[in-house]
Amino acid sequence: MRKLILSALVAAGLTGASGAALANSGGEPLMKPAFSFNGFFGQYDKGELKRGFEVFHQVCSNCHGLRLVAYRNLADVGLTADEIKTVAAERDIDDAPNDEGIIAKRAGRPSDKYISPFPNEKAAAAANGGAAPPDLSLMAKARVGGPNYIYSLMLGFSEEIPEHHVVPEGKYFNKFFPGNNISMPPQLMDDLVTYTDGTKASPEQMAKDISVFLNWAAEPELDARKSLGLKVMIFLGVFTALLYALKRQIWKNIH
Amino acid sequence: MSGFQSNNKVVNWLDQRLPIFSMMQHSAIEYPTPRNLNYWWNFGSLAGFCLVIMLLTGIFLVMNYSSHTSLAFDSVERIMRDVNYGWLIRYLHMNGASMFFILVYIHMFRNLYYGSYKAPREVLWWIGILIYLAMMATGFLGYVLPWGQMSFWGATVITNLFSAFPVVGSHIVTLLWGGFSVDNPTLNRFFSLHYLLPFVILGLVVVHVWALHTVKSNNPLGIEIKTPADSIPFHPYYTIKDLFGIGLFLMFYLAFVFWAPNFFGEPDNYIPANPMVTPPHIVPEWYYLPFYAILRSFTMDLWIIPAKLQGVIAMFSAILILFFLPWLDTSKVRSAKFRPLYRQFFWLFLVDCLILGYVGGKPAEEPLVTIGQIATAYYFAHFLIIMPLLGKIEKPKALPASISASVLKEKA
Repeated sequence: MRKLILSALVAAGLTGASGAALANSGGEPLMKPAFSFNGFFGQYDKGELKRGFEVFHQVCSNCHGLRLVAYRNLADVGLTADEIKTVAAERDIDDAPNDEGIIAKRAGRPSDKYISPFPNEKAAAAANGGAAPPDLSLMAKARVGGPNYIYSLMLGFSEEIPEHHVVPEGKYFNKFFPGNNISMPPQLMDDLVTYTDGTKASPEQMAKDISVFLNWAAEPELDARKSLGLKVMIFLGVFTALLYALKRQIWKNIH
Repeated sequence: MSGFQSNNKVVNWLDQRLPIFSMMQHSAIEYPTPRNLNYWWNFGSLAGFCLVIMLLTGIFLVMNYSSHTSLAFDSVERIMRDVNYGWLIRYLHMNGASMFFILVYIHMFRNLYYGSYKAPREVLWWIGILIYLAMMATGFLGYVLPWGQMSFWGATVITNLFSAFPVVGSHIVTLLWGGFSVDNPTLNRFFSLHYLLPFVILGLVVVHVWALHTVKSNNPLGIEIKTPADSIPFHPYYTIKDLFGIGLFLMFYLAFVFWAPNFFGEPDNYIPANPMVTPPHIVPEWYYLPFYAILRSFTMDLWIIPAKLQGVIAMFSAILILFFLPWLDTSKVRSAKFRPLYRQFFWLFLVDCLILGYVGGKPAEEPLVTIGQIATAYYFAHFLIIMPLLGKIEKPKALPASISASVLKEKA
C-alpha cells in the first residue's frame, strides 16, 4: 500500500513538473486530431507525409526555411530520386570558390540541406513586415503540444475578435498563438494546393498533412524508434521474467 | 581475506601479484549481506548501472558534438538525424539523466526511512551527499551543452545566483562565464567540466562502496548483523536480485526513450539559444525544482541581507543540512518500522518535498508563493526541530533480537 502511495506521489510530482510550460499558449485548449503516429504502435502515414510535403513545398517554403532537413531525406516522404533532384535544383546556393577564387551560384543538390527562402534572418524580417518567419525544422518539438499546436494554429485564425482585444496593424487574430496576435496571415483556403493523389484539399486536410510533415521534419526517426522500441520491450519482458524465475529459484531456501 | 584459490594457474599467478580475484571474491561474491533487504535496496546498484550508461552514451555523444556556440545546436541535431543510431544514444543520455535522479532520490528517501545515515554509516552518507552534489552540477552543465533557449537562459539564471554573495559574488560569476556574459567561453568550460565531473562521481562511487563494505548494508530492521545466520553471501542472492531490478528499470527507462523521449524536457530547448529573446517562463530541470522553490521563497530584504542572498544561502543550506542529519536525529533506533511517530513525519517530509517541486515548476504567483514559503519553513523545521525532538519524545517499538529471528518469525 505504502509503495502504491509513493509511486502515485512520484507520478503526480513528475506530471506537475512537466506541465510547467503550459503557461505559454493562446488560451484555447489545442485541437487534437487523431495522428497515425500517436500511440504505442503509431507510424507515419505515407500518403499524409507526401501531401504534407506538397503543402510545405508549394506554400510554406516561400517564407519558411527547413534548414535541418536535407533534400535527400525527402526519400522518406515518398519522393523519387529524380523528383528530389528537381526540388533541390529549384534554388541556388553559393558554390565553393572556383580556381580564380570567384564564388558563383550553383543549383542545390540532394546532399544539400533545404535552402532557406531568405539569405539571412534580417532579410527574412525585412521582407515580412519586420517579423522573420521561423525555420520549421523543429517546430513540432519546439512548441508545447507539438503537432497538435501546428494543426490548431493553422485552423485557429478567426474574424471574431473578442471584445477589448486589440489586433495591431499587420497582425492577425489567432486563437492558439501566444498573445493571439500573429504576423502570419491566414493561409489555408479550399484548393490552395492540388494534391497529386487527388485528395480534396480542404483546410482541415491541409492542416493535418502539414502537421504530419513537420512532425516528420522534427522527428524523422519516429518510425524506427517505435519499431525498435517494440522489439526491445518484447525482449526485456521475456528476459526480466526469466530473471525473476531465476531469482525465485535461488531464493527458495532463504524465505 | 578469503584464502582465494583457483584451479587455473594463470589466475593464481596473477592473484599473487595483484589480488584482483581475491578482491572480487571478497567484495562481490562472499560479501555478507543482510538476508532481509527489500526491493528498496535495489536502487543503489541501479544508480551505479545508470552511471555506467551515462558515461558510455556520453563518450559516444562527444565524438559528434561541437562545443562552439555557433555549432553546438546543429551538431546535436546532426547526431539526431545523420549519426547512426545517434537519436538513440542522445535520448538514452537525455532521459538517463532524469532516471539517474529518480533512482538517487528513491535511494535517498530509502535511506531516510530506514535511518541508514546513522552511526556507523555517517561517512557513507556524506559521500552519498557529495555524489548527489556532483550529480546536480553535472546535470546542470550538461543541460547547457545543446545550446537551446532553456540551456542559455537556465545557465544565465543559475550562474547569476552566485552574484548574490557580497564582495566575491561578481568575480565568481565572471570566472564561471569566462567573460562578462554567458557566451562561447562559458560553453567551452561547461563542456570540459561536464566531461570531468562524471569521473569524479565514479571515483566517489568507488569510495561510497568501499565505505559500504566496511560498515555493511543497513536493512529494513535497522539492526546490525550479529550472527552468520543474519547474512547471506552477495552472490548469487543479491546479484540475481539486482539483475532482476535492472530488467524492470530498463523497461521503465526505455519506455520513455522510445515513446516519450521529450517528456522530461522543455520544448523551448529545441529553439536555438538567442540572447536577445527571453523565454516567457524559465524553469530548471525537474530534479532541481524543490531547491528552486526554496530559492524563490525569500521575497523580502532583511536588514543588510537582500532577499536574493537569503534565497541562495537557504538553497545551499537545504542540501548542506543533510550532512548534519546523523546528529540532528537523536533517536537510538534506526528504522522507521519501529518509530511510530517518525514514520508519520517521514511521509509528511516527502509530501513537503513534492509540494516544493510543484511550486518550483510554476510561475511565482499567489497562492503558490505563500505555499512555497510554508513548505520551505517546514523543510528546515523537519531537520532542525522535528528530528531532534522526535528522538526525545518518541517511544520506539521493541526491536527484534536479530535479523534471522525476525525472518524466521515472519516465515512461521
